Amino acid sequence: MSEVPSLLQTRQSIRGNRLVVSCVSLLLALAVLSLVGPLVSSYSVDTIAFDQSFIAPTLEDGRLFGTDDLGRDLFVRTLKGTQITFLVAIVATLVSLVIGVLYGATAGYLGGKIDAVMMRAVDALYAMPFVFFVILLMVVFERSLFLIFVAIGAINWLDTARIVRGQTMSIKQRSFVDAARLTGVSSAGIIWRHIAPNLLGVVIVYITLTIPQVVLFESFLSFLGLGVQEPQTSLGALVSEGVSRMERAPWMLLFPASFLALLLLCLNFLGDGLRDMFDPKSHTG
Amino acid sequence: MQRALPAIKSIGLRKWALLLAGLSVCLVLAGCGNDRHADAYSNVLKRSLGPEPETLDVHAAISLQAAIVLRDLGEGLTGYSASGELVPAAAERWEVSEDGLTYSFWLRPEARWSNGEAVVAEHFVYSFHRLVNPSTAAPYAQHLIDIENAEAIIKGDESVESLGVTANSEFELSIRLARPVPYFLKLLAHNSAHPVFPPAVEAHGNGFARAGNLVSNGAYKLEDWTMGSMISLSRNEHYWNNANTAIDRVQHFVVPDETAEVNRYRAGELDITETVSSQMFRKLKEERPDELRISPFLQVYYYGLNLTKPPFKANRKLRIALSMAIDRETIVESVVGRGEKPAYSWVPPGVSDYQAMTFSYASQSADERHATARRLYAEAGYSDKNPLQVEIRFNTSESHKNVALAVQEMWRKVLGVEATLVNEEFRVLLANMLAREKTQVFRSSWSGDYNDANSFLSIMQSDNPSNLPGFKNEEYDSLMSRAANQMNPEFRQLLLEEAESRLLAEHPLIPIYFYVSKHLVSDRVVGWQDNVLDYHYSQHLRLKTND
Amino acid sequence: MLRFALLRILGAIPTLFVVIAAAFLLVHAAPGGPFDSERVLPPEIEKNIRAAYHLDEPLPQQFARYIKGVLQGDLGPSFSRREYTVSEIISDAWPVTFLLGAMGLIVALSFGIVFGLTAALRRNTVVDRLLSGLAMTGISVPVFVVAPVLVLLFAVHLGWLPASFSGGTGAGRFILPVIALALPQLAYIARLFRASMIEVMESDFIRAARAQGLRTVSIVRHHAMKPALLPLLSYLGPAIAAVLTGSVVVEQIFGIPGLGQHFVNGALNRDYTLVLGLVIFYAALIIALNLVVDLLYGFLDPRIRRQ
Repeated sequence: MSEVPSLLQTRQSIRGNRLVVSCVSLLLALAVLSLVGPLVSSYSVDTIAFDQSFIAPTLEDGRLFGTDDLGRDLFVRTLKGTQITFLVAIVATLVSLVIGVLYGATAGYLGGKIDAVMMRAVDALYAMPFVFFVILLMVVFERSLFLIFVAIGAINWLDTARIVRGQTMSIKQRSFVDAARLTGVSSAGIIWRHIAPNLLGVVIVYITLTIPQVVLFESFLSFLGLGVQEPQTSLGALVSEGVSRMERAPWMLLFPASFLALLLLCLNFLGDGLRDMFDPKSHTG
Repeated sequence: MQRALPAIKSIGLRKWALLLAGLSVCLVLAGCGNDRHADAYSNVLKRSLGPEPETLDVHAAISLQAAIVLRDLGEGLTGYSASGELVPAAAERWEVSEDGLTYSFWLRPEARWSNGEAVVAEHFVYSFHRLVNPSTAAPYAQHLIDIENAEAIIKGDESVESLGVTANSEFELSIRLARPVPYFLKLLAHNSAHPVFPPAVEAHGNGFARAGNLVSNGAYKLEDWTMGSMISLSRNEHYWNNANTAIDRVQHFVVPDETAEVNRYRAGELDITETVSSQMFRKLKEERPDELRISPFLQVYYYGLNLTKPPFKANRKLRIALSMAIDRETIVESVVGRGEKPAYSWVPPGVSDYQAMTFSYASQSADERHATARRLYAEAGYSDKNPLQVEIRFNTSESHKNVALAVQEMWRKVLGVEATLVNEEFRVLLANMLAREKTQVFRSSWSGDYNDANSFLSIMQSDNPSNLPGFKNEEYDSLMSRAANQMNPEFRQLLLEEAESRLLAEHPLIPIYFYVSKHLVSDRVVGWQDNVLDYHYSQHLRLKTND
Repeated sequence: MLRFALLRILGAIPTLFVVIAAAFLLVHAAPGGPFDSERVLPPEIEKNIRAAYHLDEPLPQQFARYIKGVLQGDLGPSFSRREYTVSEIISDAWPVTFLLGAMGLIVALSFGIVFGLTAALRRNTVVDRLLSGLAMTGISVPVFVVAPVLVLLFAVHLGWLPASFSGGTGAGRFILPVIALALPQLAYIARLFRASMIEVMESDFIRAARAQGLRTVSIVRHHAMKPALLPLLSYLGPAIAAVLTGSVVVEQIFGIPGLGQHFVNGALNRDYTLVLGLVIFYAALIIALNLVVDLLYGFLDPRIRRQ
């Protein structure tokens, strides 16, 4: 690794910073909007009004995004859906991360036979048509939000585990780890206190890659009818409903899809930006 | 593009050419291998089925989709005309004995299988034997349970030969019944009573219904079945009525997605759709009013109540309250919206020789109903401080979800009930409904296999396996069994109506709406007639072509 | 290299076994059976059907029976398509899925590489912004939104292309499904390749070549392409998996008789043998593809080969 960052790297760093700042602000704005909006509107997320179905977006009565086929307000539903999508994204990613980091760090640190077995297990899991297992799982168990988090998180941890293992192995060689071991710190302690913090860069990179996948996967589950259930709704569920009513009420697709696209765009750009900041040598720009 | 040129060049024009060539080869190959979809005849009818049928074996089929295809392939002793009248089919005439227990059929001597062989009485004997044979495990074995000894045979107590069906001569068939059944001739029109060609079954076993093996006695024969895509039928030249079959080929397409179905129809790839989605309905009504065919259909959409457990066990007032609190008109207009009718009875209107009973509150205004509902709810022991907490289960579907949301809202507004929605995958729901452990309110539907009130009323008898709510009422059972043995049609009708009144008074379930059959039929198609069973045989249809 | 491949294949067998066992347990754990229906079967008939398909045997016995069959190449009869065996259904369906997936991948790769390359070489110009923007949209809109929109536009309103797979013959009916399938991958590949190409172009040895006066075109073709393609290779595995997933939706919307449709229907219909057969097929495929990718990696990057 070169000691002095090149001009390019510095440029990337700064640009990364700007990108990160703007994306984070946009995401925060979305989050705030999704929390505040429903409070401001006079409608609730599940109030049905048969005589107000399929109203096109209008300023009167505060139907900013229009209504759906049961007369429910789309503005509130879209924002509530954004909340849930945020929630799913964060929690599922955390699940994926925790499993992946712990698994990979343990395998990488312990090395030897244990590492070999653990990585073979990962290979086996790679071979599973995971998506289909999730479908089966959703069918077997009751549909709870919790299960969705776990199911989605369980899909993505493999890549993280692999990368973390690789990184752990290289960190393991560093001197401060030997020092820690010599002074009698337990393996678990070493993993927890020395290795894990050094994985931060890699972890952040993988977070930014995972979240969009998680969000898209939840929308895929909603499309199959297996995602978030009433009375909650998610952007994926709203988009899925909107698609089948695309011609009758285009706003039912337009608004949730735009929010979803905006969210994913922000996350993707954020990922780029973070990668520029933390690892200027990594290929973005 | 000018600036992209160096980019393309740098990858190497050769590599590019190779890539494009590879792509084109793929596409061409993909195109070449599929001549079986090419329309060799222009006289082809394209119908959509919905989900794929599970089989074309008449004795293993249970789905509505399989029935549609089987109606084109085969023919029973009786059949239906385009307008829904019962007509002779494989049999040209019949006689019923005075006591209603012996039916004699004379088959058409000119009737032929698709391989040219004659259709004879022995074939029907063989087929009915196969239907009730326990080792066939036919889901519709019960359909002909009224035939002498059928019940015992299905249970395994008697041998198949004892079935009350005999071939008196080559073309003469006699059927003896265990009890008089006024609608027996209608039962024989169902696809489970179609004959199979014995040598084909003997030769191929379970595979006899595959393309190339299947021998059929109907207007069409099986050309090909492309899994997941389409079933292709072609004219059976040996069919006795072939001269009146106008269409040469019928393609039944597998189209599980409603939106895709409508789009394919609009793009001209389908002549007839099997359904019309609620979302597209209004738009289609404006754009293509003449192509939209909506008509009453013998199927009821209901919320079953688990009577084996609280809160519905022995709590009739609660059940009635919940039923009265639902605004069926609103659901039918705003939620489903395709011309369905609100259901205030169990038997749908349009059933022949029958006058459906209705709930006493069918003609009341919404306010009156709500007031009575509230009163009954309170009498049942519930109030605002002690609201009913109940789960509404339904299987994954947009429209079931919307109906459930509407019902939830109505119960909340009128009674203060706290209902939670539980969306389950179809088979999970089925298992739960049968186990009767978790279910409280569950969505289900029932369609009639034949046009008689019995097809609806019989399933609520206490020993019927499809009695999902678990309704057990002695009076009802006794009325039904008296009706089953009643020869006089007027008395029988009275008994059945009395039974339905009893059923409705007890409220073991909440009927919500009666289905309509909904199709888009292109103006190319001539001869389509709506009927209450929604049977549309391709042989009755014609295509308007220019050649 | 050969030894490497053989060892991997041998090692894959226990993996496959674990996968099958997990799928078997999962699929039998799902409530409801293949012969359930709202027209509830009388107990005698249900008993007979279950016996005919060995569903009344204890699970371990059923599993042993199944494995024995698999080892002899028999994947069993399908429960939801009574006349056909699982092997027949799979062999009927896989060519279409394969073709669709391959074309999707080829389109995604070729166009993705071209877009990415153009954007990289024209960095920070209008072209770059445009292509990058387009790429971003491809990643941000789910395929089950893109596909119906495409159908509505090109098939229903413009009438240029068939609305479904069985609605046309020949090459035309592949166009919309392939586009719908390729779009998200195309977007990702374009972004990835653009970034990778930029990094390579900024690297020391490229700058040295440029200092020596070599033209951009020649530099790119002879020096930059191979190393720039490497990160794409490691994305190939996930890309294939994504294409397989995406194909489920695309197959449903366009009515394509492929494996994805069979899997979803098989799971919903509790067609145990069909689901298991598909799991085996997919798992074997993924293992094989990973092996190919690893071999390719070794081929393209001599540094790894020497390990």
